[in-house]
Amino acid sequence: MDANLPFRLQLSGITKQFPGVLANDRVTFSVRPGDIHALLGENGAGKSTLVKMIYGIMAPDAGEIAFDGERVEIANPKQARKLGIGMVFQHFSLFEALTVLENIALGMDASIRSRDLEARIREVMIAYGLNLDPRRIVATLSVGERQRIEIVRALLLNPKLLIMDEPTSVLTPQEVEALFKTLRQVAAQGCSILYISHKLHEIKALCDTATILRGGKVVATCDPKQETSRSMAERMIGASLKDIKKDPNRTFGEPKLIVSGLSTKAEDEFGIAVEDVGFSVRAGEIFGIAGVAGNGQNALLDALSGEVLGENSQAITLEGHPLGLLDTTGRRKLGLCAVPEERNGHAAVGDFTLADNSVLTARDRLKMVVGGLIDSGAARTYTGRVIAEFAVKALGPLSMASSLSGGNLQKFIMGREILQRPSVLVVCQPTWGVDAGAAAAIHQALVDLAAAGSAIVVISQDLDELLTLCDTLAVINEGRLSRTLEVGEASIEELGLLMGGVHGTPEQVSIEAGGGVAVQA
Amino acid sequence: MSTDLLIAVVITVIGASTPILIAALGELVVEKAGVLNLGVEGMMLIGAVTGFIVMFTTGNPWLAVFAAAVAGLLSSMIFAFLTLSLSANQVATGLALTIFGTGFSALAGQEYSARPVGIFRSVFPAELAGHPVWRLVFGHSPLVYFSLIMVFVVWWFLKRTRPGLILRAVGENDLSAHSIGYSVISIRYAAVAFGGAMAGIAGAAFPLLLTPQWAERMTAGRGWIAVALVVFASWRPFRLLAGAYLFGLVMTVELYSKAGGGPLSAVPAELWAAMPYIATVVVLVLISLRRAGSTSAPACLGKPFLATN
Repeated sequence: MDANLPFRLQLSGITKQFPGVLANDRVTFSVRPGDIHALLGENGAGKSTLVKMIYGIMAPDAGEIAFDGERVEIANPKQARKLGIGMVFQHFSLFEALTVLENIALGMDASIRSRDLEARIREVMIAYGLNLDPRRIVATLSVGERQRIEIVRALLLNPKLLIMDEPTSVLTPQEVEALFKTLRQVAAQGCSILYISHKLHEIKALCDTATILRGGKVVATCDPKQETSRSMAERMIGASLKDIKKDPNRTFGEPKLIVSGLSTKAEDEFGIAVEDVGFSVRAGEIFGIAGVAGNGQNALLDALSGEVLGENSQAITLEGHPLGLLDTTGRRKLGLCAVPEERNGHAAVGDFTLADNSVLTARDRLKMVVGGLIDSGAARTYTGRVIAEFAVKALGPLSMASSLSGGNLQKFIMGREILQRPSVLVVCQPTWGVDAGAAAAIHQALVDLAAAGSAIVVISQDLDELLTLCDTLAVINEGRLSRTLEVGEASIEELGLLMGGVHGTPEQVSIEAGGGVAVQA
Repeated sequence: MSTDLLIAVVITVIGASTPILIAALGELVVEKAGVLNLGVEGMMLIGAVTGFIVMFTTGNPWLAVFAAAVAGLLSSMIFAFLTLSLSANQVATGLALTIFGTGFSALAGQEYSARPVGIFRSVFPAELAGHPVWRLVFGHSPLVYFSLIMVFVVWWFLKRTRPGLILRAVGENDLSAHSIGYSVISIRYAAVAFGGAMAGIAGAAFPLLLTPQWAERMTAGRGWIAVALVVFASWRPFRLLAGAYLFGLVMTVELYSKAGGGPLSAVPAELWAAMPYIATVVVLVLISLRRAGSTSAPACLGKPFLATN
């Protein structure tokens, strides 16, 4: 790269004040043409606010943005796109009921005949090896395919700067590989990429430079290839990372949760059913379920939590009690708690206070309802404990759940279940979208819960997470569960093969072993 | 049944369907933008009284329809300001608009009740418009042709034009539309204004097309039928046309049953009169019974939009 070229993007002294928080404090850094530049930081470090200002969704209170060496004021996203700035959002800004083509057309500023647009879309897809049918309705597409729409939409504008906001948080390892290939190709053609993530091994694999934000300030700029994941994580959280403390001499008790012959019906024609799943988890054991997204993980969680009932009461037993025909409330009373993957609207109600959200799942186990009336004092006290013990950044038990950032809400939800001391805890994607510090805290809490004698089931797409956390694991593919493997004996290759199933060829499954373990630890 | 009577029945059905169709088309566009305006009945009454007064004083039906559209539009702006600018609850505001429209029209029309006006007749030459058979094609009020053209226009606008796509996008996911850079609030204002104008015209069809006089609450709940019809039609303009004509047919049967004689009188007239409303309830129940997720309702329907910054 020519060092004489002006910086593609140069930020100096960008400051943004929200009521009560200084989201960005004199942020200064620059991105070279063709650079893949990582923006790292914990939840709430101000990354999203910063890129929103670059993309013109918000205006900075102070500071300057220069693009290709010229000072610019970016008043709205339209102007950003005109400059050549494209953005792929973390939460896709897609319209489910519309087709891929219509979705892309909406992101274009000029009106183009749909036939011409379709031709251009096909061109871009061929050029970057992206596969997508422009006529499909978005609602029928997988998460990875949806992200491809956003990428195609951004690439159609021939951007000079592409902003990617946590693009891999919902992708499978294979999809991540494919995405990185595309991004490297985009960068090789001179487009700079601003890559926001907190998956450090990905940043090491992909990015040329990293700017680390903490509390709205730039704390470091470094070359991620020269750093360890751990050193970057520590700068990100501003403290040294704690390793998960596991007792090496831990022993397991009797099987607590026994699942055998568990089957459910598919919810709709696109859904995946759970078929003849069987496993058992002993007291003190953490059992992991790996798998590529969309292989029945959610159906399995619903079947275990009691949201979807099976046909056989003996299919699930907890310390000998048959649970198969009990609903969630009944299972919770007997000691089986579950945390679904989707935080908003499933694990928590956004428009409720945290205390009310506590009542929803802890009311029976912690006697928050007396004679049909809510004991709001007990709910508040318990919620306060969750906030304190899990370091949830919230104003208090009466904050709205929707006012918390994703990672903080996840900490709250995990804390709410763990402090109920369930004898079996089933969690799906416990650290999805959660930063390294918080993830480590959640992992430690799960390990401690197991050490206290609970049986834990962790369903996750993050192999690193499962390998760090679990004692035994199995792989789910097309709704069927593989045999149970000891974590020591499970090789990444074997797991990859099991996960691949019909969804991917073994060559595609290449996971950087150990790369992320230091972060998760 | 003689051909003559059959033609007369068809013309009556078309006439009875037209105001519902016009109002429902307006509401369809409003709902596609993600706004639920339950004030259709009220805006129709305001349109009806305005149309009547202008017709009565000027005798010009075109001016009357135009004035009714403006009146409907202005009344819808009250709703738009409250729900879009101030984020008031849409259901409550819509109901308030209906109550307001009912009261306002009764007040404004007080002096005019039971005074006759002219009908908004076909503009085609009398040989065609009055021809025993060709009147089936040429004998309708301009409002009828307007409603049919608008079915096509609304379909074409929503399905084939870029502004229509943007409008649907706003109704489907307002936050995404905002983050792409579309002004959700102004698009919704425009949609509500269109719905208001259409409701006003639909209201004017009552004195100009159906009963050439002013009577309090003369729209008789047709605005509600229009709202239900939008759901019935799954937000599709051509299904809306079919639905509106179906309701028109039921209402015409009621008329003929009152005239007495024939097999219709076997059922009490009151039951026939209740038929459109019963049909509305049945349709709404049937639609709710369909599996969740398969409805084509705009995803943001009725939800207020609050920009986060």
